[in-house]
Amino acid sequence: MRLGANTWVGGGLFAVALAVAVTAPWIALTDPVMDANLLNAELPPSWEFPFGTDAQGRDIYSRVVWGARISLTVGVVSQIANSIIGVSLGLSAGYWGGWWDDFVNGLTNVMLAIPSLIFALAIMAILGPGLVSLLIALGLTNWSYSCRIARAQALSLKSQGYVQAARILGYGPLRIMFTQLLPNMLGPIIVIATLGMGGTILAEAALSFLGLGIRPPFPSWGSMLSDARDHIAAAPWISIFPGLAIFLTVLGLNLLGDGLRDILDPQSTTRRA
Amino acid sequence: MSTPLLQVENLRIALQGDGDTYSAVENVSFEIGRGEAFGLVGESGCGKSITALAVMGLLRRPLSLGGGRIVLDGQEIQNVSAAEMRRLRGKRIAMIFQEPMTALNPLSPVGRQIAEMFVLHQGVGWSEAMDRAEEALRQVRVPSPERRIKDYPHQLSGGMRQRVMIAIALACGPDLLIADEPTTALDVTVQAEIIDLMAELCAAKGTAILMISHDLGLVANMCRRVAVMYAGRIVEAQVSGAIFAHPTHPYTRGLVDSLPRLGERSRRGRQKLREISGVVPSISGYPAGCRFNPRCPAVTDICRSNAPDITPLPANGLVRCHHHG
Repeated sequence: MRLGANTWVGGGLFAVALAVAVTAPWIALTDPVMDANLLNAELPPSWEFPFGTDAQGRDIYSRVVWGARISLTVGVVSQIANSIIGVSLGLSAGYWGGWWDDFVNGLTNVMLAIPSLIFALAIMAILGPGLVSLLIALGLTNWSYSCRIARAQALSLKSQGYVQAARILGYGPLRIMFTQLLPNMLGPIIVIATLGMGGTILAEAALSFLGLGIRPPFPSWGSMLSDARDHIAAAPWISIFPGLAIFLTVLGLNLLGDGLRDILDPQSTTRRA
Repeated sequence: MSTPLLQVENLRIALQGDGDTYSAVENVSFEIGRGEAFGLVGESGCGKSITALAVMGLLRRPLSLGGGRIVLDGQEIQNVSAAEMRRLRGKRIAMIFQEPMTALNPLSPVGRQIAEMFVLHQGVGWSEAMDRAEEALRQVRVPSPERRIKDYPHQLSGGMRQRVMIAIALACGPDLLIADEPTTALDVTVQAEIIDLMAELCAAKGTAILMISHDLGLVANMCRRVAVMYAGRIVEAQVSGAIFAHPTHPYTRGLVDSLPRLGERSRRGRQKLREISGVVPSISGYPAGCRFNPRCPAVTDICRSNAPDITPLPANGLVRCHHHG
C-alpha cells in the first residue's frame, strides 16, 4: 500500500506537535508561567528568545511548547470521547433500528442544528473555565458526524453475509456489534476522528480566545492569541507564533485525515496502489 | 426413534405488502428424522429459503410467521424467547449458505471465527478453542490446518471457504444442519467434494441435514427423502429414488424431464432441452385452484377452481394434485 504525500506531511506535522507536547519540560527554555520579567517585555525574536517575548516578558517559544500539551490533550481526549459517544449511538441505532434509531436520529439532528461551538460555549458558561470543563464541553458536542457515519455503516454492513451468518450461528447483538460490525467500519471512523481532532483543537483555541477556556497565566494557544490581540501592531510575533502552531497542527491533522481516507475508504480504492 | 427431530406442521409465512398480507408459504409440513438427510427443492422464489429461515426463527419484516408449529426434538420452538432461540442457533441448529465468499468476516482469521463458536456456545477459553478450531479444520480436510488457521478469508479459495463454513456450522455438533444451496457458487468438481464431505461428517456425528437446492440431481444423491415446492406449497414428497422413477405431480414430472442427460444428444440427435412452459406466478397473483394450473399440461376445469388436497403416496410420500398417478 502506497501512502500519499498528504499522509506523510500531515502525519509528520502531527507527530512533531505530539513530540513537542510530550517533551515540553525538556525542550522549553524557561518556565512558561513564572519567568515573567517586565524588563524583557515585547522583545522581537532573537537568539535568547527565539520567538520573542510577550507583554509580560515571558518567552513565547516556551509558552508555545507548553501550550501544545493543552491543545493536544483537549483535541485528543475530547475527540476520543466524541468518537465513543458517536459510534456507540450510531452503531446501536443502525443495528437495532426501530424507535431507538428514530431517537438517535432526532438527537443527531438537534446536535447538527445547534452550532457546536455555541453549544460548547453554553456548557463552558455553566461549568466555568478550566481544562476539565473544556474536555467535557468539547467531548459532548462533536459526536454527530461519527454517529452518522457509524449508523450508515452499520445499516449497510448488517446485510452482509457474514453478519447474517453470525446471527444464524447464535451470536448475541453485542457480540455481533463488536466482532462483526465495528472492525469493518473502523476505517471511516478513524478518518472522521482525525478530521474532527483538528476541529476540536480549533474550538479549544476559540474558547480560550474568548476567555472561557484555559485561564491565564497558563499557556494555551488560544489564550495566547487573546493576550496578543492588543499588541498585534506593535509586536506581531506575540500572535504569529501561537497562530502558526494552531495552523500547522490543524493543517497536519486535516492532511492526515485526507490521506487516511484515501487509504481506508473503500470508495476511493482508485488511490490504492 | 419414534419422534422425529424436526417437525414442521402447517407452516404459514405471511408477507406484508403494501396494505395487503400475502402467504409466501402455506400448508407446509414435513418431518426430518434424527440423522436423516431431507431435501427441499424448487425454483427461485418458491419459498424454500424462507422456510429454512422460519425454522431458525429469523424471519424479519416484511416476513412473519403466520401460523403452524415448528417442533425441534419435542419442543415447540416457534414461540420461544429471542435469548433461548439464540442458544439453539449454532448449537442445535446450524446453517451454511450459498455464498462462501461473503459469509466469513473479512477482518478475522478463519481459525478465530471457528474458535468463537466454542467460546460462545461451550464456554471454553480462547487457547483451547483455537486448538479445537485446528482440529475442526483438519476434519474438513483443509491441508496444513496449523498454518491455515491464521489465514484470512481472502487468502482461501471458494471451496476452502465453504469447508471453513462447514467447520463452523458443525463445530458444536448440532442436531440439524440446514444447507441453503451450499454448492451453487462452486465448481462442479469442488461441489462433489463438498457434498461428500458434508454427508460424511454429518453421518459420523449423527447430524440431520435439511438440504435446500434447485439441483434435483444433487438432492437425490444426498437425501433419503425429497419434497418439491412450488409457489409456496409442497406439491410432492417422496423417497428420492421414487421421485425420479415415478414423478407423480406434473410439476415434478416437468422438472425431471427437463434435466439434460449426458449422452442423450449422441443417442437421439440434437434436440431442444425440455422446459416447463410459462412463468412462476407472482405472489400477489397466485391463480385460484391449483397454483400450477396455468402451466400444467394436464389441466382440467377442477384444477382452476379447487385447490387439490394432499393424497398420501406409499412410504410416507404425498402429492397435491387432482390427477395424480
